[in-house]
Amino acid sequence: MKIRAQIGMVLNLDKCIGCHTCSVTCKNVWTSRQGVEYAWFNNVETKPGIGYPVDWENQDKWNGGWVSKNGKLQPKVGGKFRLLAKIFANPDLPEIDDYYEPFTFNYAHLQNASEMSTPPVARPHSMITGEVMEKPEWGPNWEEILGGEFKKRAKDYNFKEIEKQIYGEFENTFMMYLPRLCEHCLNPTCVAACPSGAIYKREEDGIVLIDQDKCRGWRMCVSACPYKKIYYNWQSGKSEKCTFCYPRIESGEPTVCSETCVGRIRNLGVILYDADRIEEMANISDEKDLYEAQLEIFLDPHDKAIQKQAKKDGVPDSWMEAAKNSPVYKMAIDWKVAFPLHPEYRTLPMVWYVPPLSPIQNAIEKGVIDHRGPIPNVEDLRIPVRYLANMLTAGNEEPIILALKRMIAMRNFMRGKKVDNAVLTEVLNEVGLTEDKVDDMYKTMALAAYEDRFVIPTNHKEYSGDTPFDNEIAFSNKSSCGFTFGNGCSEGATTATLFGGNTHKNTMSGKVP
Amino acid sequence: MVFLNQFFFGYFPYIAMTIFLLGSAMRYDRDQYTWKSDSSQLLRKKGMLVGSNLFHIGIILLFFGHFVGLLTPEWVYHPFMSAGTKQVMAMIAGGIFGTMCLIGMLILLNRRLFDKRISKTSKFSDTFVLLYLFVQLLLGLVTIPYSAQHLDGSSMVALANWAQHIATFRTGAADFIVAEAWVFKLHLVLGMSLFIIFPFTRLVHIWSVPVQYLTRSNYQIVRRRG
Repeated sequence: MKIRAQIGMVLNLDKCIGCHTCSVTCKNVWTSRQGVEYAWFNNVETKPGIGYPVDWENQDKWNGGWVSKNGKLQPKVGGKFRLLAKIFANPDLPEIDDYYEPFTFNYAHLQNASEMSTPPVARPHSMITGEVMEKPEWGPNWEEILGGEFKKRAKDYNFKEIEKQIYGEFENTFMMYLPRLCEHCLNPTCVAACPSGAIYKREEDGIVLIDQDKCRGWRMCVSACPYKKIYYNWQSGKSEKCTFCYPRIESGEPTVCSETCVGRIRNLGVILYDADRIEEMANISDEKDLYEAQLEIFLDPHDKAIQKQAKKDGVPDSWMEAAKNSPVYKMAIDWKVAFPLHPEYRTLPMVWYVPPLSPIQNAIEKGVIDHRGPIPNVEDLRIPVRYLANMLTAGNEEPIILALKRMIAMRNFMRGKKVDNAVLTEVLNEVGLTEDKVDDMYKTMALAAYEDRFVIPTNHKEYSGDTPFDNEIAFSNKSSCGFTFGNGCSEGATTATLFGGNTHKNTMSGKVP
Repeated sequence: MVFLNQFFFGYFPYIAMTIFLLGSAMRYDRDQYTWKSDSSQLLRKKGMLVGSNLFHIGIILLFFGHFVGLLTPEWVYHPFMSAGTKQVMAMIAGGIFGTMCLIGMLILLNRRLFDKRISKTSKFSDTFVLLYLFVQLLLGLVTIPYSAQHLDGSSMVALANWAQHIATFRTGAADFIVAEAWVFKLHLVLGMSLFIIFPFTRLVHIWSVPVQYLTRSNYQIVRRRG
């Protein structure tokens, strides 16, 4: 056993209002630069829909993630030789149009246009070529609130094995929001596919990063990531991705997307896992077992033996404490209301989702509601359970049903307690919860105070030395240069370079180039 | 003329190699953020599958063809074939690989010069190096009919002697070149100059051929705190 700790995230989709604050604050901090203006490390999609980049979930098309081939785990883009054979031209690479060509409008024209018979119009102009674009055709949120025709949205991969036509009818339509970011997987395909070895997972907190100096722009990671959350910077020629705001996490602060979340849907906390079992569990033959398999890798921070081994493996005491109070552990492992996004990609993702509740179907509500006990049938929810299962458990409906029931039970129970002054223990018994647990669930998921959502221990830099608590190492970075690219931290850095600079300056300025 | 000959074929190779090696080392040390293949495939996929593959495979085979052809000592291949046979082999192989490379390069050049997305995001060096290789490739192909005028292999042996003298730091290398046709001389000078511009262009990605990927024992990479 080799115990490592990771800061995981759980997004409570039941509370997501689709406001895109996470996306916008993330963009302002991380990707408001030339070359990545098309990139959204965090974006919110309306489901059902095919998403951004186009159809990203369809791995028959993009070949992301892993496959279990003859009992061996291998990236779907191909083994090492096949992958290198694609290095001159990568057939699995999305084109910028699959995301969208960055553009602005020539606003100045509205003021400067000479007199004309029709009112002047600001037309979209490409920020790459400066030319007029007929119309923007895709984006990180193109299907907002079911925008577009059902026929197109119905290509959503999560409709697998669902008779989807009825959901095209107005009366049966349903929707949910899906905020997406890098999953900081336990078994990341991007790391595996990087020929330069530039992508790595951090041992101390599990954050997956791209070494910008080592990246050579072979662009295999873009294809290999099944979530399409690695973006090729067309200006710098390097790949970039969500950093999990590691400078903030290191100092115990939540990521920008979590911090600014209006609906308080995001939770951050420590998860302990057994690094020795990753390969075995990612290689389980039946896709439907992958969710349970990942749960098996996670370890119980309350277990004395685990605590002892974790200490031996270098997990700091403060991290152990944080693991015990981790909201992520509670939701994913203790209450089992959170699930990984597409476990069938075999990457063992570490950003998990609480499935959303949805209104009970109309017909049933009109008096014929069949409660079958205190909790209504989750099968009668507007969002088909199967749809959620295809998204979160590789089609395994049982765990999703239990989670939805537990959430309904929590509501019923708390309503009973607060409104009707009744203790509805039978509601809890049906879903295997206790009163204490439900109180904690209510506190963490419904009230969701800042300190309950974010239990983040600070990074222990002093552990990087040969001896623990090496003061010299602990303080060597104090007041040093923070985050930058290239020689930004060097004292003699100039914009002039012998080795080729940028062709574009500030593509986010709003001015047509 | 004598001096020019001595300069370009006696001294210039060493100047070029020095700039090539030191320049590469300095860029790698000082400015690794600029060290990249600089792929533009994201902006335009069209033409890449055929163009880039033909170009790269062609030029790699040409490079190794030159490498083996010029630096194999006569006594190594003599037991198996005459210099004349070797020259014909070189002409045929060079012709085939050269044509592959040419087709690929035409597709890439068309993309680089006339596709707005690509031309607008091209640095001077990106366009320059492609045009440079294009001229060099044409010169290389033009040497084939020149070689066909004398199939005894004498010209090839002279060029190989020059390269081997340069590679082993022997004097008198330039004397082997004096009598060669202009097209060979120009091809040689351009070829050596390519090493001079190498560290200042995207060509540095050649240094980073990811062969170590094949020997990486683990798929996953975990970095320790540090």
